[in-house]
Amino acid sequence: MAVSAERKGNLGDWVFFNLTRVFALLVLLILGGIVGSLIYGAWPAIERFGIGFVWSGEWNPPMERFGALIPIYGTLVTSLVALVIAVPVSFGIAIFLTELAPAWMRRPLGVAIELLAGIPSIVYGMWGLLVFAPVFSKYIQPLLADTLGRLPIVGELFSGAALGIGILSAGIVLAIMTIPFIASVMRDVFEVTPAMLKESAYGVGATTWEVVWNVVLPYTKVGVIGGVMLGLGRALGETMAVTFLIGNMNVFGGFSLFLPGNSIASALANEFAEAESPIYTASLIELGLILFFITFVVLSLSKLLLLQLSRQEGSKT
Amino acid sequence: MFTSFKSITLPLLAAAIALGAVPAVAVELTGAGATFPAPIYGKWAEAYYKATGNKINYQSIGSGGGIKQITAKTVDFGASDMPLSAENLNKDGLMQFPAVIGGVVPVVNIVGIKPGEMRLIPAVLADIYLGKITKWNDKAIAELNPKLALPVQDIAVVRRADGSGTTFIFTNYLSKVSAEWKQKVGEGTAVQWPVGLGGKGNEGVSAFVQRIPGAIGYVEYAYAKQNKMAHTTLQNAAGNFIAPDDVTFKAAAAGADWTKSNFGEILTNMAGKDSWPITGATFILMQKVQDKPAQAAEVLKFFDWAYRNGGKMADELDYVPLPDSLVKLIATSWGNIKDSAGKAVWTGK
Repeated sequence: MAVSAERKGNLGDWVFFNLTRVFALLVLLILGGIVGSLIYGAWPAIERFGIGFVWSGEWNPPMERFGALIPIYGTLVTSLVALVIAVPVSFGIAIFLTELAPAWMRRPLGVAIELLAGIPSIVYGMWGLLVFAPVFSKYIQPLLADTLGRLPIVGELFSGAALGIGILSAGIVLAIMTIPFIASVMRDVFEVTPAMLKESAYGVGATTWEVVWNVVLPYTKVGVIGGVMLGLGRALGETMAVTFLIGNMNVFGGFSLFLPGNSIASALANEFAEAESPIYTASLIELGLILFFITFVVLSLSKLLLLQLSRQEGSKT
Repeated sequence: MFTSFKSITLPLLAAAIALGAVPAVAVELTGAGATFPAPIYGKWAEAYYKATGNKINYQSIGSGGGIKQITAKTVDFGASDMPLSAENLNKDGLMQFPAVIGGVVPVVNIVGIKPGEMRLIPAVLADIYLGKITKWNDKAIAELNPKLALPVQDIAVVRRADGSGTTFIFTNYLSKVSAEWKQKVGEGTAVQWPVGLGGKGNEGVSAFVQRIPGAIGYVEYAYAKQNKMAHTTLQNAAGNFIAPDDVTFKAAAAGADWTKSNFGEILTNMAGKDSWPITGATFILMQKVQDKPAQAAEVLKFFDWAYRNGGKMADELDYVPLPDSLVKLIATSWGNIKDSAGKAVWTGK
């Protein structure tokens, strides 16, 4: 009896082990398949334009000259703007929810933030175009131009016509879209900080800020960075909302954030359906490959950062 | 498998038809392509289904996608806003014919200027889109519009961000009227615009133009009309200032010589004193040699029905139905669609 039960258990384990292994390997297989088909699809463009594709600023379908610089620039800058706004705000939200908010407020606020994460991006895009952009161009852009725009060097970023559409608008709406992701991850990891650690810190007279900065944050930094990366991943690949707001301009006009630009995902969404010539399609697929690569680099860098942090931890104590 | 299936169903079918019990067997046809005519194809399909019980499933995936799908024979018909050249048609064994006509109109947003009040000539329109004319009170615009109070205001140029047949028609027109445009920018479903903001779809362009003071954009006529936007009049090839409407679109279509070029006529800058200069037809693509002749015959039956009964529906949606003379030519051209044995699939019934 005992033997057969053990065998049965072994078989179950064996099946379970292999089943989960197949699932895990499936991910690798799909990833490999995506990379493979992207390279295959982009091959005509890779062959024709070579590495120059990455830093050519031209995107000219009728003359079949393509380069990725403008969309790469737009993708990175909009994501950067989004993070610059979203990270501090999310941090504030998470601190408030875990440390400061009265208990009755935590749940409704937390649910509200999670609901924000569930809104489809097209809704953000339409809202951005129809509601946000007019208000932004009428009140906020002139204000920015009059204040930050007066500063040397930085002022360059806030110059030009206030159209309400452009890289800055796209970045701000992206920030609104990424805040729920970053904030809810931060809140979750802040919550798992052992109460004993925090109470001890409060016990020796630390302020809330000191507790958060010196106790909670060091304890949860892996999770916090993970949350930021999740938000960045979302910002890099966001399509619909950016398409509506970025202005979709494929000619570089300057470094001002008020100017229209283009992002990789937006260019793909806009042009793929009507791209007839093979080299046009291949160039668009190569853009997709580059976005894939950027995301990969960002994730690798965050892993490296985490590794670095955990190593320092060992040497400090 | 197939033969046995057929051997059972065919006699059954024959029996059913002989008895007249059911209105034959409902046919399902699939088409894919251009987004610009999707509303009218949808409306026709709905009415056709009510009239005959046959289903037309049209997927508006874009002209590029439509061309790819019909070349790969995954659909019964493709649709494109851009006519294919004879060379491309032959390469893929395709034939094309126009389905409906539409117009593209420039629209502006200047305080105090109402629909049809601003007059433009082709050279000025091209210079605005080239970024050479940047103010509304520019001498070139003021000379054309002595009665209008033109503001000292920057022109905000708006155009489509997504690849589209509308852009193709518009840039084709600008290439015809401006040598500089042709050389610097060219024509296509998407081009490298020297200036301007890109809105997604007609709705995106309409939204930008209505929002941004001093904007100029181009949209399909239906959008301009339904949103009551201030369209301009435009000087045509004959030198007359024309307002866009179904009459002037029809005039442009009538001026074309459809007998040559496999119907690949682009109706921009047409001669004729009443022709709206930025007019274009949208096209249906079919395989010339049909693996499934019965399906092909049903597709032609649908379009034959649509030409006969769909004019009013087209009007309602602000498309222009084809002139009768053109429909006759198209029906003749259908004789070129054959089954693998070389027999024409369209018998005129």
